[in-house]
Amino acid sequence: MNTVAETARSSIPPASGAKLDVQAVRCDFPILSRTLNGHPLVYLDNAASTQRPNPVIDAIGCLYRENYANIHRGVHALSQISTRLYEESREKVRAFLNASARQEIIFTRGTTESINLVAQSWGRANLSADDEIIISHMEHHSNIVPWQILCEQTGAKLHVLPITDHGTLVMEELDRMINARTRLISLVHVSNALGTINPVKAVIEKAHHLGIRVLIDGAQAVAHMPVDVEDLDCDFYCFSGHKIFGPTGIGVLYGKADILESMPPWQGGGDMISSVTFEKTTYNELPYRFEAGTPNIAGVVGLGTALDYVNRIGLESIMHYELELLSDFITKLKRVEGVRLVGSAPCRAGVVSFVFGEFHPHDVGTILDQEGIAVRTGHHCAQPVMDRFGLPATIRASISFYNTVEECDVLISGLTRVREYLGQD
Amino acid sequence: MDLRELYQQVILDHNRNPRNFREVEPCDCSADGENPLCGDKITIFLSMDRDTVKDIAFQGAGCAICMASASMMTERLRGCERTEAEAIFEEFHTLVTGVEELDNRKNRTDSILEKLEVFSGVREFPVRVKCASLPWHTFKAALDNSSKKVTTE
Repeated sequence: MNTVAETARSSIPPASGAKLDVQAVRCDFPILSRTLNGHPLVYLDNAASTQRPNPVIDAIGCLYRENYANIHRGVHALSQISTRLYEESREKVRAFLNASARQEIIFTRGTTESINLVAQSWGRANLSADDEIIISHMEHHSNIVPWQILCEQTGAKLHVLPITDHGTLVMEELDRMINARTRLISLVHVSNALGTINPVKAVIEKAHHLGIRVLIDGAQAVAHMPVDVEDLDCDFYCFSGHKIFGPTGIGVLYGKADILESMPPWQGGGDMISSVTFEKTTYNELPYRFEAGTPNIAGVVGLGTALDYVNRIGLESIMHYELELLSDFITKLKRVEGVRLVGSAPCRAGVVSFVFGEFHPHDVGTILDQEGIAVRTGHHCAQPVMDRFGLPATIRASISFYNTVEECDVLISGLTRVREYLGQD
Repeated sequence: MDLRELYQQVILDHNRNPRNFREVEPCDCSADGENPLCGDKITIFLSMDRDTVKDIAFQGAGCAICMASASMMTERLRGCERTEAEAIFEEFHTLVTGVEELDNRKNRTDSILEKLEVFSGVREFPVRVKCASLPWHTFKAALDNSSKKVTTE
């Protein structure tokens, strides 16, 4: 069904490695043609959440209009169709991440839930007092708090890998921090506050030499670059559907089969069991053991369609287009008097964080909003990053492949309006 | 929505040159307020002479609306009796949340808010209401001698 909807309503030809046609892409995202506060919408808040293309919107509508029933339960035809669509999406996710088996793909509510699942299931089973977990100073709260909770429960210790003034990991420090008690490194692939692409493969290699597990938070990565979990060799990889043009409330946990196999269930309920008596319950096999309760069926179907859409354009094309856009944007932004970029990693994606004179980001955001420009202002759920740079907040513009040079220019001229309203600073 | 209504000159002036931006010595009570969403952080210091606000000052960092609101609040509340201060608190809340029609307000000449009427533009920007009200909630917490951290989220 998804494929039919996509062919019908997407103007994008299959990926051919050709240059990305941004105007054609924009036609697939109906929300991009609306106006806000009397101006055409300039949506530069993609790191918070991306927008949805027609094929995704249609696939969800189509599911509910024609094919919806509960999955893995009924003998009736609708349940079978729904189950097939759900499991086809799992296969799409497997292929998208290049995982070796569909059993390694667990559907969750999002990256946050994926990390919590690992912390509470793998973490509680494998960590004891004085074991150590390493995270970095540039983590999102969702890759900090689950480990703090786990540390409280187990007596394990949380250590933080420092970052440089450019917003890159201090890799030499990692060698000093790793020791015989280190059990896990949990690291963000692309920083949501700084845009830094971390050298996760090198970290994973280093960790595996010493038998340390590695979780990668890929929430900000998957929509911007190809991710191959087999090549990375990570133990866990997490991402959210809504940051890759899919629905909210759906996400993925990839885990190596042998590790998932050894993990106790996290939540109990339907679907995760194979038999229940009051005396004893036998748990289901992977991946169902970690999918208790009726899942987000429409979310899964929508996510599968979103991945089809991204594949159709091609992540290589997306990456090249975005890098060019980002580099042009950063060059122009640096020329604006008073603009100071926060984070200047040589290897980056998607996100530009900055401050503007003494103007508070929240005021800047309000004025830009009046010009139809959507940016995020605040601490981006990464307060330790803000503290590291001594800032309460930044202005964050985050791009996607449907953004244009012209839109970035609108933001640059919006900054002139900020100065007009708030005065010389 | 008019940005000039929100960012009036008097507000910008108080943001750039906040009044009573200091600690109070000796301080009878203080309270911390924070807007986790936008990073506004503020501390209100109070010294009371029985039921009268003898001195009030603030410190912290925040957006223009928050800083100006704190600055103008300290000017308005110094010398007020507790009950009067509480009435002004309520009235300010009514002003920024837009419960009362603005046209009605503009015809009134007896507002107890006095200069604080410049914050009437905030009601058009619902996400900014908490910026304006944070200093007031923090003041109320200090007045109630609560040591609890205040948030308007």
